[in-house]
This record gives sequence, C-alpha cells and structure tokens, in this order.
Amino acid sequence: MSAVEHRFGPYGGQYVPETLMPALAELEEAWVAARDDPVYRAELDGLLRDYVGRPSPLYLASRLSEVAGRSIYLKREDLNHTGAHKINNAIGQALLARRMGKKRIIAETGAGQHGVASATACALLDLECVVYMGVEDVRRQAPNVQRMGLLGATVRPVDAGARTLKEATSEAIRDWVTNVATTHYIIGSAVGPAPYPAMVRDLQRIIGDEARAQLLEKEGRLPDRVIACVGGGSNAIGIFVPFVGDEDVELIGVEAGGEALEPGRHGAPLTMAGRPGVLHGSLSAVLQDEMGQILEAHSISAGLDYPGVGPEHAHLRDSGRARYLAVSDAEALETFKRVTRLEGIIPALETAHALHYALQPADSELDLVCCSGRGDKDLAEVLGQP
Amino acid sequence: MTGAEAIAAAFAGDGRRAALMPYMMGGFPDMDASRRIAEAYADGGADLVELGIPFTDPLADGPVIQAAGTAALRAGATTHEVLAVGRALADRVPVVAMAYANLVLARGLERFVDELVVNGLAGLIVPDLPLEESDAVREACEGAGLALVPLVAPTTPDERMARIGASARGFLYAVSLTGTTGERAALADTFADLVARAKAATAVPVALGFGIGTPDQARQAVDAGADGVIVGSRLVRAAAEAEDPAMAVHALIKQFAAALR
Repeated sequence: MSAVEHRFGPYGGQYVPETLMPALAELEEAWVAARDDPVYRAELDGLLRDYVGRPSPLYLASRLSEVAGRSIYLKREDLNHTGAHKINNAIGQALLARRMGKKRIIAETGAGQHGVASATACALLDLECVVYMGVEDVRRQAPNVQRMGLLGATVRPVDAGARTLKEATSEAIRDWVTNVATTHYIIGSAVGPAPYPAMVRDLQRIIGDEARAQLLEKEGRLPDRVIACVGGGSNAIGIFVPFVGDEDVELIGVEAGGEALEPGRHGAPLTMAGRPGVLHGSLSAVLQDEMGQILEAHSISAGLDYPGVGPEHAHLRDSGRARYLAVSDAEALETFKRVTRLEGIIPALETAHALHYALQPADSELDLVCCSGRGDKDLAEVLGQP
Repeated sequence: MTGAEAIAAAFAGDGRRAALMPYMMGGFPDMDASRRIAEAYADGGADLVELGIPFTDPLADGPVIQAAGTAALRAGATTHEVLAVGRALADRVPVVAMAYANLVLARGLERFVDELVVNGLAGLIVPDLPLEESDAVREACEGAGLALVPLVAPTTPDERMARIGASARGFLYAVSLTGTTGERAALADTFADLVARAKAATAVPVALGFGIGTPDQARQAVDAGADGVIVGSRLVRAAAEAEDPAMAVHALIKQFAAALR
C-alpha cells in the first residue's frame, strides 16, 4: 500500500503547533501498520458487522423515486448503531488508540453524532472520553448530550466565538496539545492535519465500497449521480472515493446554504470558491475575510455549521471531478418533513440537504444518495421552527 | 542591518544575563492602549518585543491570550494597524511579529512579508507552521532580510530538533511545556532539559517561552541556560485587569528586567 497522503493537489498539510508534530508522525506510523494488519482488520470488520450492523442496506426509495421521476437509492447509514456514519470512523480510530496504548480519547462534535459515536466506542473499549461541544450545539442537540453522558463521556461545553463546531474543534486541539502523551484525538471528519483526512476517508470508504457493490448487484449498473451532504465532508468522501475512477458517475457534494450566501450566514466554502486558507491544521477551502480572519458559519444543521471543509474535497472541486453546491436552511427543513412523510424515514437535517438536491429536476436516471444519519436528534430544533 | 542581525545584537546586549522579550497582543485592549503598552515595554527594559497579531482561532494559545485576541478583533484591530504599532517601536528595540499561518498566507505571502519590512520588523514567528510547511515562508523572509523564528517543544525528538535548530534565524523559540500559552504555578519538569537540548541543536540564541509568569520563573529559565525569556499571558492579563494598562505592564516589565540582571 502507498503511504498516507499529506497533500491533495495543493491542499492538506500539517499546520499545527510543533508540540503535535511527533504525535502526528506516531499516528501515521500506527495507522499504516494497523490498516495492513490482519488482526486489526479482523477486529474492525467484526465490530462493523456485529456491533454497527454493516453492511448498511441500500434501499430503493420508491416514493422519492416517484416524485423525482428517476430511481433514488439511499445508502442507509442512518441505520448504523448510534444513527449515523460517524461510528465507522470512531470505532476504527478507537481501536487504533488502544493499539497505540492511549487510554484517553478526546473528540469534537457539532450535531453530537460524532460525540455519541466516540463515546460509544470508548464505552465498548473501556477508554476515557472527553467531548468538546459548542454551547449553542449543546442547546440544539440536547438528546445527544444526554446520550453522551449516559455512555460515560464528559461533555465540555465551549463558550467562545459562535459556540459551534469550529470552536469545539479548536478547543479539542488545545486539549491534545496539552495531553498529547496520553491522549488520542478522534477527529470526526475528513479534516485536520495529515494523516487525518486520508485516515478518516479510508475508514469511511466502506460506505461507497458497499454501495457500489450493492447497486451493481441490484441494478447491474453504476449510478448516474452520487449525492452527499458536506460539512467537513466525511460521509461524502467515503461514498465518493470508490466512484472517482468511474468517469461517467457524477459526484455532487451539497453544502449548507444557511440563511443566505452572504458572509456569516452559510456554511458553503466550496460553493463560494473563496481563497484557500488554513484552519484546524490543513489548507483547504475556508470561509474567511480579506485579512485571513476565519468567518463564522451558519446552518440549521449543527453538523454542517463549519467554515472549513476537508482538503480532498477542495482538490476534487478544483480538478472538476466533483461539484459542490448549496441548499438553504428552509429547503433542508422542508425536505426533512417531506421525506419523513413520503418514506417513513426521518433523516438528519444534514442529510436533508443532500436529499433536497436529489429531488430537483436533473438529467439522471439513477441516483445514489448517502442517507448519512437519522433525524431523531433534530426533532426539537425542527418542531421549534415557526 | 538585517532582522537577524538586529535580533542577534539585542541578545548580545551586555549588563544582563539574558534578553527580556515581552509579548503583547496588538490592538488589545484597543489600538491606542496597545501603542502605549508598546512604549511601556521599551521604557521598562524590554530587549525585544513579540507583537501578536490577533486571530480568530489561535490554537497554541490559552484562555488569556485567546480572550485578548477576541477583544482586539471586536475592537476593530486589523493586521495593518497592529503592524503599525510595531513600526513605532522598531526604532527602539527589535520587534518580532507573531502571526498564525492563515494571516501570513491569506493576502499572499509576499505582501505580508513586504508589510513586515515596511514597518521595520525584524522577524516572524508562526506557531502553526512546523518545519515541514515552512520552506516558502522562510525563503520569503530571508529574501526580505527577516528572521523566521521556529519553535521546538518538549515533545520534539533530538534528531528533529537538530533540523529545526539548523533552520532557525534570529533565535530559536523553546516552548517550555507541553501545552498552550498561560501562566502556571511552576515551570514544567522538562524545561531545563529542553533548554539544554535546544542550545545543543542550534547556533542562534535560545529563548524560553510559555508558562513564564513570575520574575522567579524567569530567573530559573536563565539559570538553566536560556539566552532569552518570553513573558506573555502574565502581561496580557495585567493589561486586561488594570485601569491603566501601560502603567501596569511597565511596573511588571521592570521587575522581570531586574530578575534578568
């Protein structure tokens, strides 16, 4: 196997304090050894099968298909244990941490799905778990905060900036700088310094690998389009990667259009095509002002409320292999309710962004949509909306 | 005189055991007070000044400097204005800018470096730009006569420290502890070992920073062989708490300077 990528085109890298550099090297070495080790693979595959419930189903959503006028398949990551794709990565990294002898895990979370997945993996593997979460997200994702507490994790509310995912990530990195000797940081998306973007992608590509095989078995063909929501971009990169070599398959990432595509009111750095910037350890598309100050993002969905994005997505955009666009808060909310009524599936608000775009008129006969998570966590937020 | 030469001269100054390099957050509590703090640093006996440029997401900083950066940005501080604070000070002592990588890269590296030169700054510290990412910035700095000052930490292995030490211009910034900036009750166990390892790894002076908040801790750093001492959060906290920030930091600087004599 090849080494772990540090760069995707010009993007990626390791823009972190010197204190962390030896830990990143150690992590990369451990990951390269683990991913090729049959013992690690067997344990991970066993847990993904028997504990997470993989392979997740590929479901032909008949009523959505009727509305759209084409076949829409949902890759049902919402049916995973803990209710989202996040568990694929959290279990893989928690197993790696145990292998590295790290007994303490930290994680950041926006919607709480990655926090719950990390807390779950830590309960299973008997590791200490501390989750950083913005105060605003603690408020709007209360059920997940309660779940993390029950699972034995400590949730540390972060009261800085916009009090959402960006600040939670910064605070998690500061914890790691301080406790690096004992602690592994499970980043929840395909972001951060190398080797994280490549490692998280490798742990999430099971979504796309399964979906591709399932679709070939059911339809005997590949999809015309693969559609996924993009915050940091881990479910999207996971489902995209196995199709990158299939030139006729269009790859579409759906970002948070928020209230409006104006500074501070959305979470769509790829769509807005600004200058690249450094945030949380890597160079990628970033929402920033002309001086390089990072702008606050906004999205109704906490998981997409982030001003940066994984570096591989920035490269896929520039190379033209994938394209990215934005769906607004109002559109996502409407589709959340519509899909629930049509299919009896309550999608996460994040996922509703991808579903909204999939339902728009398009020159496609067969769509594959990543149903990245379930929406139970969003009920209070949705029902509280006017 | 290049920036590296000016820094070397400041470290070599006689009449004291080590150089005192206070840190200030540019634009905090506001731009006017920030200018007065800069003057107070020079008046009080600073040999060099580290001028922090406020950034929204300072990953290497603890709560005091984070809060100061946030307050400076809220008060409207810009990189341009903060560097102008450096220009006023640069005639008196060498000024080294501390800027996170995105601020250096956002408007174009050349443009950022030009602005440092125009304002008479001597060097640049980028706390989230490790050796592997630093070639372009170092080349641009060297081309402009500026010193790019790298950092080493207690976690840095010897072999890596030698490579970082060889790349250092002006001085080598030794991070005394494994963690973010901020005052601590005592210096970390590893600080003396770190100073010794850093000095063995480089030909330029070694300044110890992070977690040095009292004159006694500064003295301990010098006893361990540090060529310079960087004091940050203690001074920024004083600026935050005092009625007259410039007067408060002036009194503190004099105490630190006395400890290094």
